[in-house]
Amino acid sequence: MELFKAYCRDFLRYRHLLENLVGRDFKLKYRRSILGMLWSILNPLLMNVVMVIVFSTILDMRGGGIENFPVYLIIGQLLFTFFSEATGAAMGSVLASSALLRKVYIPKYIFPLEKVCFALVNCVFSFIALIVVMLFTRAPLYLTVPLALYPLLTLFVFSLGIGLVLATLTVFFRDVVHLWAVFLTALNYFSAIFYDPMALPDSPAVEMLQNFICFNPVYWYITAFRGAVLDGRLLTVDELLVCGICALVALVVGLIVFRKQQDKFVLHM
Amino acid sequence: MNMVEINNVSMRFNLAREKSESLKEYFLQLVHGKLQFDEFYALRNVSFNVEKGDFFGLIGLNGSGKSTLLKVISGVYKPTEGYTKVNGTIAPLIELGAGFDMDLTARENIYLNGTVLGLTPKYISEKFDEIVEFSELHDFIDVPLKNYSSGMIARIGFAIATVTKPDLLIADEILSVGDFLFQEKCEKRMQSLRDGGTTMILVSHSIQQIERNCNKVAWLEKGQLKMIGDTKTVCDAYKQIHRE
Repeated sequence: MELFKAYCRDFLRYRHLLENLVGRDFKLKYRRSILGMLWSILNPLLMNVVMVIVFSTILDMRGGGIENFPVYLIIGQLLFTFFSEATGAAMGSVLASSALLRKVYIPKYIFPLEKVCFALVNCVFSFIALIVVMLFTRAPLYLTVPLALYPLLTLFVFSLGIGLVLATLTVFFRDVVHLWAVFLTALNYFSAIFYDPMALPDSPAVEMLQNFICFNPVYWYITAFRGAVLDGRLLTVDELLVCGICALVALVVGLIVFRKQQDKFVLHM
Repeated sequence: MNMVEINNVSMRFNLAREKSESLKEYFLQLVHGKLQFDEFYALRNVSFNVEKGDFFGLIGLNGSGKSTLLKVISGVYKPTEGYTKVNGTIAPLIELGAGFDMDLTARENIYLNGTVLGLTPKYISEKFDEIVEFSELHDFIDVPLKNYSSGMIARIGFAIATVTKPDLLIADEILSVGDFLFQEKCEKRMQSLRDGGTTMILVSHSIQQIERNCNKVAWLEKGQLKMIGDTKTVCDAYKQIHRE
């Protein structure tokens, strides 16, 4: 309990640093670009247009039954981009701050946390792109939309947990960076971003995919989000449990791994 | 009252003979049983206290463990053995401008660096003019830091770290940058902080600077405490040895 209190005090003391670091990343990301922040919206929008064209003409194998494909697609894109940006940036964050960590005492988890927060800010911004696509395709607006907060927030916690583990590993083994990039590409195809695994034509391969994809937490987050925004349904009990438990487990594992190793970080930078 | 307690502190570094920064190398070395380290003690069983209000000097040759000790005190390193305790807030000046982002302007960096030191943005806003005043860089405040000279960066760093009235100020060789006017200004600022009750720990290779400012000195040699006492005794002994 004492320890917990000390942690809270530490966090309160350094929360301004967190804000400032997010602010810095934001400024640096858009400095010297004419359209600036607009790119956070334009980028997913343009990507969406490209992918809609590709997947509804050249590679039309998404199976039937996806009612509003552009919206279906952009939800997957946005959430997956959030996950990959958050974990990717958190991964290198501790190492990138070595100059600072070797000279001043700062709670080290601030850096992965900051990167995941920054990714979330970006993601929330790019939801404007989602709104644009929804307006454009005249998608109905359901009362269940606020429920999408649940998968979004649990995905945030999940990404933070994974980010903490990755950041720790990266300090000791730089290979993790390359490995994770490959893994993310693979994950991209197995997160049902541009297809619906449950609506694909029956075949042994598809069945395997359907069984396999259930073990991908990112798929669950995306599906729950789509359920609330696109289908206008309540979240299922399965979705509530899987999203919550995955987030919790990732966070606890992340914190334990990070805490156990953090005193050694400065010796390996 | 003790401001800093240093209790039997040892700091061991593993000097990897073959540094493994990739997974493959690590496992290869593990399998071959080659994962060995040379142990190196940067500090060995160092114990002493710094009392409140002291202007404490640390002397010793390069590699004697002065900077390591400062990093242990400020919490950057966790000692392998022993512990340190600091009763109050620390302003570490291990390196001026640590944590500056070269792409941001001086104004933005003052806020960023202030929060690194645990200050609130409100407090920084209040003290903003004072910081700019002290660093004498009015005309360059909205210029990205990468266009600054090292002396200018040092000025800003010193101004931010000393604006807080910390309980303990740790300064590692920082006064060697900047011109003599600025050095004088820094020393004056440190003296006025000290009059306000701040405890100082200063590392310097300039024995004159130590003699001018400090009232107590510790002498480190190869990671061990060789001598501790009032400035004159320790400095005289130090000069005696290193003259030959």
